[in-house]
Amino acid sequence: MTKEEIKQAGTVVACKPRLLNDNTMHYCPGCSHGVVHKLVAEVIEEMGAEHIAIAIAPVGCAVMAYNYIDVDWIEAAHGRAPAIATAVKRLNPSRLVFTYQGDGDLAAIGTAETIHAANRGENIAIIFINNGIYGMTGGQMAPTTLEGMVTSTTPYGRRVDLNGYPLNITDLMARLPGTCYVTRQSVHTAPAVKKTKKAIRQAFENSMAGKGTSVVEVVSTCVSGWKMTPEKANEWMAEHMLEKYPLGDLKNVDNE
Amino acid sequence: MKGNEAIAHAAVRYGVDGYFGYPITPQSEILETLEELMPWDTTGMVVLQAESEIAAINMVYGGAATGKACMTSSSSPGISLKQEGISYIAAGELPALIINCMRGGPGLGTIQPSQSDYFQATKGGGHGDYRLIVLAPASVQEMADFVGLGFDLAFKYRNPVMMLADGVVGQMMERVKLPAPRPRRTDDEIARTCPWAVTGRPEWRKPNIMTTLELVPQAMEDHNKHLQEKYRLIEQNEARCEEHFTDDAEYLIVAFGCVARICQKAVEEARAAGIKVGLLRPITLWPFPAGEIKRLSKQVKGILVVELNAGQMIEDVRLSLDEIKPVHHFGRMGGIVMDPDEVLVALKERFEL
Amino acid sequence: MARITGAVDIDRERCKGCDLCVVACPCNVLTLQTKDVNDRGYHFVADTAPEACIGCAACATVCPDGCITVYRVVEKP
Repeated sequence: MTKEEIKQAGTVVACKPRLLNDNTMHYCPGCSHGVVHKLVAEVIEEMGAEHIAIAIAPVGCAVMAYNYIDVDWIEAAHGRAPAIATAVKRLNPSRLVFTYQGDGDLAAIGTAETIHAANRGENIAIIFINNGIYGMTGGQMAPTTLEGMVTSTTPYGRRVDLNGYPLNITDLMARLPGTCYVTRQSVHTAPAVKKTKKAIRQAFENSMAGKGTSVVEVVSTCVSGWKMTPEKANEWMAEHMLEKYPLGDLKNVDNE
Repeated sequence: MKGNEAIAHAAVRYGVDGYFGYPITPQSEILETLEELMPWDTTGMVVLQAESEIAAINMVYGGAATGKACMTSSSSPGISLKQEGISYIAAGELPALIINCMRGGPGLGTIQPSQSDYFQATKGGGHGDYRLIVLAPASVQEMADFVGLGFDLAFKYRNPVMMLADGVVGQMMERVKLPAPRPRRTDDEIARTCPWAVTGRPEWRKPNIMTTLELVPQAMEDHNKHLQEKYRLIEQNEARCEEHFTDDAEYLIVAFGCVARICQKAVEEARAAGIKVGLLRPITLWPFPAGEIKRLSKQVKGILVVELNAGQMIEDVRLSLDEIKPVHHFGRMGGIVMDPDEVLVALKERFEL
Repeated sequence: MARITGAVDIDRERCKGCDLCVVACPCNVLTLQTKDVNDRGYHFVADTAPEACIGCAACATVCPDGCITVYRVVEKP
């Protein structure tokens, strides 16, 4: 069969989700944000939830996420997304409310809001992009930056005696009674992407079922901050990041 | 009842959708009273003790973005923490009510009353060119009434409103008539009256996006121009004040909040001593009742501005005049409240009476 | 035995040339066009060996920009 015949006779098995609009995303080539945006759009679409979805955007690279996924959005002050999500969900309990945050937003400036929203068991989903660096501001150290990792503010590598230890905030959240589902995923291979999509779906369904706070950490890359090609960044991530941030479910009350 | 308690009762009766607060003296009774009233069981109002003032103001930002009537309250150091969020709420043109039950500063300061946040409240407070509508209650009755007035103005202009109270009106007990209860707005009413609200996107409309980010300089300037036009409109329409014995006044005292009540007593004492003095009490601190002060300034020999601070509102009084008249200040600071006699002495001293 | 064949459509104007689809493709269908650029100045990917496509959609799954549509046909013998 020719290519045209296949397109005529075949079924579409993958395409850009409808909710991911035609705006070109401002992310660097190969950025993990794009993949996760696509998954969020697909899950909302598959759940038929676009009329009830209220998304909270962070400050960081994903600050303009609202330009790409066609649902209602609130753009938060730096780190405050979980506080905003708390109020939105409590005042609008029938809505699907989720935050989309990076490591600086969630694990540095917004630590208090993150921990307390999770500890209250707010019925929200938190999507947490962890690439161990501040991408938007030009590659500075993040709370999740690995020991020895070079950033623009740790030019000789992160030293724990100077900068403290990488913060594994997802482990911390799994220990809180308010969380119902805490998982760590990645999007560096096709099977990993599929697992992350399943995790996002689970988190969104938990929010609607009122089970408590769901956290989906996505261990990600930053090609510009890490100064690597996308392929190399994925390899480096698998080799170094996953040791400190191992993949898998940290907590799932459905299985307990 | 106490002024702070009156605010809590008035909020439930007004049909407020959400209160988000963090304890700080001298205003914790607002949160305490709301928790005691359990309005979630009656009107459905959400009440939440947040983890910080920062979280609380951002909860207000989030709730207000969905078109709900949301409020928070704090006292001076806590209000400083909220300034970032207040700037976002002003930039996003969201209706909200913020109560500052002022205490003495700077720093952690004292828990005693003060009016030293006048500049912060009326000149913006956070970053960027913005204004809050600022209401200054002088009685427990006004603490109750200004909840409704505050929300009405907030929704009319899509602008945050601050009730700039102080530890005196917050803590003192007076008779009060509470407003009649009314139901909270339904989701349909919100969708109809707040088409901008982030409520989840029905198929027929584009996404509603509440953002204060604008990277295109021209668009950012245009938004600022739009805000300034709105502020000019508010200045034209909403300046409020109250006058006592101003008809034949030769001297004018300008004071707001609890100090206006002390000055009212001082005016009565001065009149008994044969000094023709009147009192103007700004009810809105922004917009400032500049027109009324300008009018009265032409008739009087001098103006005494009395405040619980080192001289803040006096700048707006001076800016209101279009001819040179003596304008003096008398203030106490650090949580000390003057008595009427001190005001009278200051008046006599400043104007050599 | 049923034979599975596939085809891809690539939105070359949306593509940023990150190359992740090329790496993900198990059948070497795709290559980055390093001598050509799209309107935004990016190299883009093309299906240079379309006959090898099995419609597995690995390329579209890892694509950060949603540039790839994948079609699949199951041919019964």
